[in-house]
Order: sequence, then C-alpha cells, then structure tokens
Amino acid sequence: MTSDARVSALSPPATNQSFARRFESALPYILLLPSAIFLLIFFAWPMVQALILSVRTPDGVWTTQYLERMVRDVNFTDALRNTFLIILIAVPLQFVFAIAMGLLIQAKLKASGLFLYFWTIPLAVSDLAAGLVWLAIFSDRGFLNSVLRTTGIMPIAFSWLSFENYGTLLMAVVIAELWRATSIVMVIVVAGLQLIPNDYLEAAEVFGASRWQKIWNVMLPMIRPSLQVALILRTILAFQVFAVVIALAGRSMPVLASEAYNRYGELNSNGAAAYALVILIFSLLTTGLYLRALRTSEEEMGR
Amino acid sequence: MLKIFSRQPVALLALIVIALVVVAGCAPAAQPTAAPPTSAPAATNAPAATNAPAPTTAPAGGATATQPPPTPNGGIIFHSSQFAPVNEAEAMRNVILKDAPMLVDFQPQAAGPFVDIPLAQQKAGKVNIAVLGGQHGDFPAFANAGLLDDVTPLLNKLADRKFPEQYIALGKLGTDKQYYIPWAQATYIMVANKDALQYLPQGADINKLTYEQLTEWAKNAQQGTGQRVLGLPIGPQGLIHRFWQGYLYPAYTGTEVVNFKSADAVKMWTDFKELWKYVNPGSTNYNNMSEPLQSGEVLIAWDHVARLRDALQANPDQYVAFPVPAGPKGRAYMPVLTGLAIPVGGPNRAEAEQLITYLTDPKTQTLVAQNLGFFPVVSGADTSNLPPGVRLEADAIATMQASPDALPALLPLGLGAKGGDWNKVYNDTFQRIVIKGEDIQTVLNEQAALMQGILNETKAKCWPPDPASDGPCQVK
Repeated sequence: MTSDARVSALSPPATNQSFARRFESALPYILLLPSAIFLLIFFAWPMVQALILSVRTPDGVWTTQYLERMVRDVNFTDALRNTFLIILIAVPLQFVFAIAMGLLIQAKLKASGLFLYFWTIPLAVSDLAAGLVWLAIFSDRGFLNSVLRTTGIMPIAFSWLSFENYGTLLMAVVIAELWRATSIVMVIVVAGLQLIPNDYLEAAEVFGASRWQKIWNVMLPMIRPSLQVALILRTILAFQVFAVVIALAGRSMPVLASEAYNRYGELNSNGAAAYALVILIFSLLTTGLYLRALRTSEEEMGR
Repeated sequence: MLKIFSRQPVALLALIVIALVVVAGCAPAAQPTAAPPTSAPAATNAPAATNAPAPTTAPAGGATATQPPPTPNGGIIFHSSQFAPVNEAEAMRNVILKDAPMLVDFQPQAAGPFVDIPLAQQKAGKVNIAVLGGQHGDFPAFANAGLLDDVTPLLNKLADRKFPEQYIALGKLGTDKQYYIPWAQATYIMVANKDALQYLPQGADINKLTYEQLTEWAKNAQQGTGQRVLGLPIGPQGLIHRFWQGYLYPAYTGTEVVNFKSADAVKMWTDFKELWKYVNPGSTNYNNMSEPLQSGEVLIAWDHVARLRDALQANPDQYVAFPVPAGPKGRAYMPVLTGLAIPVGGPNRAEAEQLITYLTDPKTQTLVAQNLGFFPVVSGADTSNLPPGVRLEADAIATMQASPDALPALLPLGLGAKGGDWNKVYNDTFQRIVIKGEDIQTVLNEQAALMQGILNETKAKCWPPDPASDGPCQVK
C-alpha cells in the first residue's frame, strides 16, 4: 500500500486525523458487529425463546409441567442412559483413535499425507448419510450379514439392530459415531502436534528420552489446549447425537435429541424445549468441568 | 491495509448500515419456536425458479393483515403436509400441478413445520400461503387459531363434484363452518409377498382373515423361513399409531376410546403380544413398509397405501394386497381424508379458489390416483386405467369396504393441536406393554387417565365408531 509519508501528506487537518485514529481503534469492534448481531438474532434470541418455551404455557403462565411430564415420560430415563452411554464409550475411544492417527501422520511415514485425506473423508459426510451407510451394513439383509453368510461364519442372519439385542445395537451406534466423528478430533490433534516446536523434541532426544517418553511427557502436554477444545466440542456434539441413532435404531434407542425431535413432531414444542433445556444444562456442566479439569496455567504454557 | 478504511469511513459505515437493514428485514421471518434438526424436503427440492423469496419491500401504505403481500414470482404457495417424500413432491410439481391454471409453488413440509409456519405467519401478520393441503387431523390446530377461512361459498360452487356427505361433515370440524374441502382419500391395507402364501393357515381366506389367523400365518411363516417376516411401521416416522387407533382397538373393543381399558382391550393386548413374537424386530426402525418388503426382510406387512405403493409398483406380480384382518367386533379400518383450506389473510384469494377447483376436478383426481395412489373423493373420476400396483390396492380397498363386517373407524376428531399427544398415548401403551412387558391393566389404567386429560382439555366429543357423547368423550 502507500507509504506513511504520503498518507500524512495527503491527510486533511489534525481533527480528522484524530477521528481516523479513533476509528481505527474501534474498527475491530465494528467489523465484529455484523456477526455479533447475526448471532444475537439467529442464535441467542431463538435459544432464549426455546428456554422460555420449556417453562411457560402458550397462555403465558410460568410452569414446570413440561419438565415434570418429560421426567415422567416412558422414554426419559432410557434417553438419558443411552445418551450418556454413547458419550462415555464413544468419546474416549475417539480420542484414543484420533491421537494414534495424529501421531501416525506426524511420524511422516510414506504416504502419511494420503492417510490424512482418507481419514478426513467422514468429515464431509452428513450425519444422516453416515447413519444410512452403517444401516446398509448392519441391517438384517445388510453387508455384514451377507459377508458372514457367504463365508459360512454365521449361516442365519443376526439382527444387529434389533431392540432385543441392545448390546449390538449400542455397538453399531458407537461404531458409526466413531467413524463419523473421530476425524474432527484428529484434525484438531494434528493441528496441535504441528505447532510443537522441534526444539522441544530435539531437547528431549538430547536428554535421552525414549519415543514413548517423548509422546507422554512432551507431545501430550503440549497439545493439551487442543485436546481441551476437541473434548468440549465432541462432548457437546455427542449430547446432541441424533441422526446416526435415528437412522440405525429408529425408535429402539431413544436419546435426548431424538426425544426432542419426537415431541416436536407431536406438535408439542414445549416438551421439545424441555429436552433442549436438559441438553443445554448437561452441555454447560461438562464444558465447565473440562475447563476446570484441563486448565492450562500461564506458567505451564510459558515453560 | 486498514488505512484504506480510515480514508473512506463513510463508505464503510454505509456498508454496515446496509447490513443492519438486511438483518433487521429478515428478523420477523425467524420462527418463534425451537426447531430441532428436521429434514426440510421442500427447501432442497424446490426448483430454483420457484424459490424466489417474497419481496421484502412493503407495498405503499405498508403491508397489513388486511392487505396481503403480492404473489411471489414463483407462483402461489401451496403449503402441504402431504406428498413430502422427494418422489411424491416431484410428481406433484411435474405431473399434477403442471396443467394448473396458474403457477403453483408446491411446498410440502414435515408435520411440525407444517403447523408452525402458517401460525408464525399469522402472528407476524404476513400470510403468504395461498392454499393449505393437509390431513383431516392437521386442520383443527389452524381452525382453533382462527387461521382458516370459511369456504362454504366455494363448496357450493363445487356442488357438481358430489363429495360424499360424511366427508363434507368432517371438513366442518364439528362446527357449522366449512373449514376445508375434501381433497383425496386413502387408507391402510395389508400386502404380502406371494412367497408367504404357502404358509396361510388351513382354510383361511386371505380376503376374510381374522387377527387369530394372521398370528397363525406369521407363526407358520416363521417356522418355514426361520425368520420373523411380519412387519409393522413402528419407526420414528411410521404410522403405527393408526394401527392401534383405527384397526386393533375397534376390531377388538368396537371403539377407539371408550373401551380403552376394558376387558376386551386386555384381551387385545394379550393377543397382540402373541402376534408380536412373529413380528420382525426391525419393525421399530421401519417408517414405510415398501423398503423391507422389497428387500425381502418382510413378507407380510400392514401400512398406508401410499407407503406400500413403491413395492407394489416395482413388482406387481410378486405381491398380493388384501383387506386387514377382523377382530371380535368387526373388520375395523381407518379411512384417511385429506383436505384443502384457505388461510385468512392469504394472498390471491381468487387464484387459491381456482387451485382448489383444479385439484378437485375429476381429471386431476384421476392423475393423483395414478401417480400418488391417493383415491378420488369426487364422482366422475376415471379409475379404470390405474397402474398395476395401484390397481391391486384399489381392489383390496374395495373388497375391504364391501366386507359384511367392515367397521370404519374415523381419524381422531376435535383434538386440535393435541393430536400428537394423543398418538403418543397409544404408542407409549404399546411400548410399555409389549416392549417393556409391564402389567397390561395397570398400563391401560394409567394411559387412560392421560387420554381423559386430553379429552377434557380439548372437550372433544366421541367420534365414530365410539357411541356419540354429549360432553367430552369419556373412557369407561
């Protein structure tokens, strides 16, 4: 652009210059304004309305009846249990896989770039499509049963997704969730790993650290902020797990989000909002918990 | 880089102001309800040409409820809860509405948004929907909100259509106003793969089955094939609630509501638990029965005719369609009626009436039967030339309706927006008794209390086949 000398030469008198300076310091906020307004109108406001919906009748009376009905609902405890089970099983596994995959990519093996592309493919697949892919595999006449039958391992088709086989149904949902959502964690982990300065690893080598010690004592602590972000993101999204479960399990495995969807389908917006409230509360609680538990202090970062 | 802005703050400010105006202009369109993820087939399928947004600038004098906004360039909006699946929506646009006397923007919606959008538009005082097409049970929510115009004058103009009297009566929603005009009808029937016919019990006539024989048939088929091959649509979008309401309950108890917790009902659930042993456990994932019938997972199925049509059409020689089974109180079945209504304050009243006139024309009704498998509600529609799969359905319905023990059970009437809660009572009853194995009488007593609560709240009177009531219908 232009040199400073030319700008000052062309600039109008001093009052205007101070306006320009003030404007420049306010510029970041002005640039943020549109997105802030957008979020307020299309995110914060509907969210507040949804929360109000869960505790107020259409006639404007404040009430807990929707929350009470939700808690008494035949599916509520099942939905709660299923949601937590999926989170407790899927999220830790996702992290184990994601970190392993990230380290493999960082190891700069041959074609590790190719791996990165393959492993991020599920990112581009929508939740429902992912669910349908796994439905094609696990359904009674699906690929899995076909393979088992033709290889003679299991001559009679097994109903993996039947409500009678809760274990395999849960397994199918967890596998689909793993396939679908591990890559986002991996991308965050890889980004974190790439930010580790080589000096640290070289220093560790100088001190004779083994490969395992390097991972455990250098790499993992260094990517803790990345892990924290990924953990919060994944857990909040896991509380909203919906399309994969709907596709694979239909009504057989109620989760919090599918119950909210069902209430909405029954024209019971208040009941749906009550479920949304539960999801919000759990999301906030776990986020707070993670932020506390994985706190990275200033000194640690400056080490 | 930033300095370029400092020299042109006015231009930047202007940009921000424009952005604010655009955002503010969009704000009233935001829906006031929590919208969990739903698929919106209309948005993704609408051809680009019909997707033109409504003009945002108000006409001189300002847009008010009495001064409806002008028609968008894409034609008048036909908001429908019917024909939402992609292939059906395409048939509506490319076949049924192709020769309509005006450009029509067909917008099918899922159940929730179908009700929410018009109500939100009404609240915003800016209704841009010209015609509402929905199931009978969709309309009370609108009528209660004062959104539906009285279409009696239009109905009188359409006297030559000769709508059946009982359908006209249903369109009044229990008042003296005509809230909707009958559009098309359908019902639920049974379909079996011919491979299953060998397992029919001795001496059973497929057109005169009883639920007992159906159970035996399914049992034989399970022993013969090693699989449970009877299927029911119990998935999240399945229509199983109509099976309890319009088929099993009236067939066993003679009523949908009054005898909900009677001894007959206990016998019914006991029998159903026996039948359930032979029902494919994948049923809790089936939204329509065409797919599992075509994959061979299911050989015998019950569902809405529109949701069986794909299988029958794909391979009409492989399947038989037949009436539903009878219980001790008769061969109960549920006729489904769809209707057309005009919202108060909607745009282009004249064109809206023309569209309804066009849709109830015998020729259009024939097209709907041929392409969508919903059957005419007017006289003079030619159904001689139906595609083979739809022909099978039409014949099964005719046989069912002509059965000496036929017992039509109407869709729930007068429940307004509580229709969803009502369906949930039946589905939860099934879940508690059959899936969770709870005590039948206990569950029935508890669910009956919930039912009575809905009936009292909506003051709904009993509807056929339940005996008429003076006040709100009472569960005995």
